[in-house]
Amino acid sequence: MTLLDGPAVDTRATLEARRISFGYHDRPIGVDLDLVIPDQSFTVIVGPNACGKSTLLRALSRLLKPTSGEVVLDGQDISSYPSKEVARRLGLLPQTSLAPDGITVADLVARGRFPYQSALRQWSKADEKAVSAALSATGTTSLSTRLVDELSGGQRQRVWVAMVLAQETPLLLLDEPTTFLDIAHQIGLLELFTELNRQHGHTIVAVLHDLNHAARYASHIVAMREGEIVASGTPAEVLTEEIVERVFDLPCRVIEDPVSGTPLVLPDGRPTH
Amino acid sequence: MSTTLEQLAQTEPVDFGRRTVVVRAASMSFRLSFRALVVGVVLIAVTLLASLSALGFGSFQVSVPDVAKALLGQGPEVIQTLIVKWRLSRVVLAVLIGVALGLSGAIFQSLTRNPLGSPDVVGFSTGAYTGTLIAIVYLGTSQTLMVGGALLGGIATALGVYLLAYKRGVQGFRLIVVGIALTAMLASVNTYLLLNSELWQAKMAAVRGAGSINGLDWSEVRVVGLALVIVVPPTLLLSRQMNAMEMGDDAAAALGIRVEPVRLALVVLGVTLIAVTSAFAGPIAFVALAAPHIARALTRGTGALLVPSAIVGAALLVVCDIIAQQIFEPIILPVGLVTIVFGGAYLVWLLGRQTRKEYS
Repeated sequence: MTLLDGPAVDTRATLEARRISFGYHDRPIGVDLDLVIPDQSFTVIVGPNACGKSTLLRALSRLLKPTSGEVVLDGQDISSYPSKEVARRLGLLPQTSLAPDGITVADLVARGRFPYQSALRQWSKADEKAVSAALSATGTTSLSTRLVDELSGGQRQRVWVAMVLAQETPLLLLDEPTTFLDIAHQIGLLELFTELNRQHGHTIVAVLHDLNHAARYASHIVAMREGEIVASGTPAEVLTEEIVERVFDLPCRVIEDPVSGTPLVLPDGRPTH
Repeated sequence: MSTTLEQLAQTEPVDFGRRTVVVRAASMSFRLSFRALVVGVVLIAVTLLASLSALGFGSFQVSVPDVAKALLGQGPEVIQTLIVKWRLSRVVLAVLIGVALGLSGAIFQSLTRNPLGSPDVVGFSTGAYTGTLIAIVYLGTSQTLMVGGALLGGIATALGVYLLAYKRGVQGFRLIVVGIALTAMLASVNTYLLLNSELWQAKMAAVRGAGSINGLDWSEVRVVGLALVIVVPPTLLLSRQMNAMEMGDDAAAALGIRVEPVRLALVVLGVTLIAVTSAFAGPIAFVALAAPHIARALTRGTGALLVPSAIVGAALLVVCDIIAQQIFEPIILPVGLVTIVFGGAYLVWLLGRQTRKEYS
């Protein structure tokens, strides 16, 4: 299983988009996109605001039905699975989720078990184990009895990650998980994702805004602009001066990050648009 | 932050911060809050006791033990007739309507993710009353016509609110705002209908409009009971979906819930409950609004809290109906007047508290 112990849930996961077009009503956002999420990768999607990153994530997680093309999850069209089955293979942390009034951390994380539960099976041993492991993996076990409303932003985001982890899915899709957090909490979360990726074998797909965080933590980067995928590959392949300028209209220099040896993007001049 | 293999290998029981009762047998498993269980049992006891006293009250007083005897088929036949044939139907109806109101309040407050999102606030009861008025003024005053009018009015209003609030799915807040606007419009339609009516029609309408279970008997009990038998099981089966949907549509969809169909089903179930009660008893205000709040405060639970809300609704209505019958004896007030006094005070307090919370 994904959290190291217990019966092995297969952590191999394949997710790819084949020529998908998607959008809302008659406003197309992405057209004919092809995308492969490498198995066991920490894939980061970057791009300017409103370039379709979040919408792509929604399409990949069958929250938005593509108008054409197909999203293939573990070898099958994602729309051919029962919806609970998708939720056992792919977890999504949306950009905004609402903590119900007066809910405790443990209760919230336990709600991640929905795909495994039924009217007569509401709290199995496996549920308890998964919630316990999710709390432990995110370092929130000691917070379990606290009200979610009372937590700091960083703690709250960890709790939401725990909720998604309790789903025990090989694939984790995270929509801007670090937005609104201070730098220390951002790094803390990214370290957590890295650990989940490297030690627990989760394939992670995250939308991030900070290119240097992407450079440091991602194994694979997808750069988007106006609904198109401009480049994808390793941080060194994607985060070049040419590509960053093309994607963001921002002249920049790329040097080696003295701490991690990954590319470090330094803006150099005004945006050109 | 470092989690070692050993830490992960042992399963700590999850600490929910309150006493929980876990029942596991065969492949079934349940987790309940101990507090919610106790509250539920106590409230059921309160409802039963209040019901027994209610059966004893009236122009001919019967003591609680004698009421119990009569219910068990013992004691003088006159008293048995009085209790079982005449008074019992009213108490049973109060329980059933209380359950229906509590449940529909819980459904809509959960759906709209808003403590004010109750069916009487968003206009369903007002719409049902419009239907009753149309029946009284233009069609006739048979029970069937009035009940049919209320059912159609309630359902049509709900449909209108749902469609007007629909924009790529329905969001709670928009539902409430549209509902409040429609309520205002329907209230003016109701006034117009009353102004166009004969005096006797207006009187009849006023009695209906206050929300009352006076003069109802076993035939109404049967219909309301049947409606509950049909509506309650699917509602309870959807409670886990409701809990997940409180975290937002995307979060719920990511957990494998087909949000729009589930929401539509819940709207239909909730509207059926409120329409059936309004059809027979008129708009009984505030029980649907207050019951889920009281249930939440008592159980300190989260989520839709369907069962506690239903029990609180029953307890509230039985107690309010005793007050309605006793306070100005021998004049029997419509129970809606009593609930509106309590509920109005409660609503003011609730609004005050919400505003303070938001602006502090």
